[in-house]
Amino acid sequence: MQQTTIARPGAAEPWRDPEAEPYVRILNVTKRFGATVAVDDVSLDIYRGELFALLGGSGSGKTTLLRMLAGFERPDSGRILLDGQDVADVPPYERPVNMMFQSYALFPHMTVEQNIAFGLRMDGLPRREIRDRVAAMLELVRLRGFEKRRPHELSGGQRQRVALARSLVKQPKLLLLDEPLGALDKNLREQTQFELVTIQEKLGITFVMVTHDQEEAMTMATRLAVMNHGYLAQVGTPAEVYEYPQSRFVAEFLGTANVFEGLIKTAGASGALIESTEFDAFFESDTDPPKPAGARVFVAVRPEKMRIRRAEAGELPGTNRLVGTVRDIAYYGDFFMFVVDLGEGRSIRVSRPNLARLTELPITWDDRVAVEWEPFATVVLPE
Amino acid sequence: MRLRLPSGRTLVLALPFLWLGLFFLAPFLIVAKIALSEGALGIPPYAPVLRWTDQGVLTIVLNLGNLATLVSDPFYLEAYLRSLRVAAISGMLCLLIGYPMAYAIARAPERRRNLLLMLVVLPFWTSFLLRVMAWIGLLADNGVVNNLLLAAGLVSQPIPLLYTDFALYAGIVYCYLPFMVLPLYANLSKLDPVLLEAAADLGARPWRAFLTVTLPLSLPGIIAGFMLVFIPAVGEFVIPELLGGPGAQLIGRVLWTEFFQNRDWPMAAALAIVLLLLLVIPIAWFQHVQGKAAR
Repeated sequence: MQQTTIARPGAAEPWRDPEAEPYVRILNVTKRFGATVAVDDVSLDIYRGELFALLGGSGSGKTTLLRMLAGFERPDSGRILLDGQDVADVPPYERPVNMMFQSYALFPHMTVEQNIAFGLRMDGLPRREIRDRVAAMLELVRLRGFEKRRPHELSGGQRQRVALARSLVKQPKLLLLDEPLGALDKNLREQTQFELVTIQEKLGITFVMVTHDQEEAMTMATRLAVMNHGYLAQVGTPAEVYEYPQSRFVAEFLGTANVFEGLIKTAGASGALIESTEFDAFFESDTDPPKPAGARVFVAVRPEKMRIRRAEAGELPGTNRLVGTVRDIAYYGDFFMFVVDLGEGRSIRVSRPNLARLTELPITWDDRVAVEWEPFATVVLPE
Repeated sequence: MRLRLPSGRTLVLALPFLWLGLFFLAPFLIVAKIALSEGALGIPPYAPVLRWTDQGVLTIVLNLGNLATLVSDPFYLEAYLRSLRVAAISGMLCLLIGYPMAYAIARAPERRRNLLLMLVVLPFWTSFLLRVMAWIGLLADNGVVNNLLLAAGLVSQPIPLLYTDFALYAGIVYCYLPFMVLPLYANLSKLDPVLLEAAADLGARPWRAFLTVTLPLSLPGIIAGFMLVFIPAVGEFVIPELLGGPGAQLIGRVLWTEFFQNRDWPMAAALAIVLLLLLVIPIAWFQHVQGKAAR
């Protein structure tokens, strides 16, 4: 499989280096709550300096996994190694790990300064050092002048920064972030995403972040793990997971995907040809499919990788081409999303960047259209 | 033009004020008036404050003698101080016993909390007087406790428990404990457990997390509970009368004596007014703290 790499400039990719020593090792970790298996035999390596995202819906086990890293939950089986040390029996107050809580969990009876200093005070550091380190943190999160405020006197964004400063001030080996931007409104969230990444790169602390927001995970993470029902559905860089999903779940969870069913006609290193079992069409892909010829598979194509145009008179579906009727057009501002009815209750979504003003749109409701895509856009998934 | 009729809101607010004025303010003023009048033989046993002289002039005769006696006679002063001390110690004992109880209830599984709370309130379903009487049966020389100690061979003769300070505190703490537990529970159950996780995450061992997070955040509950025990305990009459020793006079007893035995209504009224003023100070402080916590 060819690999596309969209890495930050200068960023190392230790996960590609078989010699590299993982910083955090999660080995066959299982956690049950009563009859529910929250985390199911998860193994995961995270490297030093990563900003790793655990992505999943509610109940996917991502938060439980994070809480086990923090020490709030104990794995029923399996081991967690942090920098070579088994931390399964280390209580949270002795772990070199700090957490930024989803609700921030700021102490309401303490000022901003006291909140940030709390961890250092617990370690019994000299007063002078505490003062200097708190001041440095306030500088880092741009909260100078807010030292004496109480949490309830701060805005949501400021509270978020206090929580970040409080969890960073002890210079943990690992910083855990539980939905770090979940409580912020959209504009602030985007701005804070970049800030968080900048701070992370500046301090070089390894971040593990839990989020249900795929955009957040994609834009911030060096790598991400998609979780579903307690297991890891896929682990990789955002681009890898988006462009090369390995299951229908991942394809549909991350972004939008049109999924078809088919049978593999021919398969090889140079690509595959799949016959649709729903339409009179073929799907051509340029990668080696995960199954041999004759197998039933899913085919996923992302809306932005499809082209849409008016169909010529009498035009029929073909290879990587489907024909249907426009049932709906959603205007998003930066792009349009067409819902194309293919008949028999099937429809697909095709997006088109808004290159011109609305008046120019050549396709409208009830138009008969052809939808086409290149072989690289065809992703073959095991059934 | 709008019609100037009192709105429903005004009416609703006026009712409790009317009630308070009629049944609290007016009696208070009457008691204050009695406190400032002279004792007299007759019915009522005090001289009027307002009276007409023979020349037909309305005069106000205020007698500050009772208040002066209160301050100058160490008998009254000691009774006040003793009452305040007994109430403060009772409040502390209730806090020491009530805090772990409230904490345990607040941390108990949700479905069990109501049952535990009901157990705390359950004694209220029996008469207060009966419950205090029951302590006599427990603590008397031939009572349950002494009989058990004798049977176990721990003592050779009954130890005096009843009519001691021990019995006094046992009675007060027993009766007022729910008033400590309930506000503490209300406060502790609101405490977000994530705050304790945050404290642990930042390196606080459980005990330190309690001291630095739980305790300061439960201060309003502690003060509320303490006040609810302290204030009624200062003027408590029944429990010291039934369980306490004969020697140490508490202010409730002194007041009762002045009123019913000496028939000195002005003196009793003065005692009550001073007691009230003594309590207004902590109540005002309590209100202030509560207001600050609410903000």
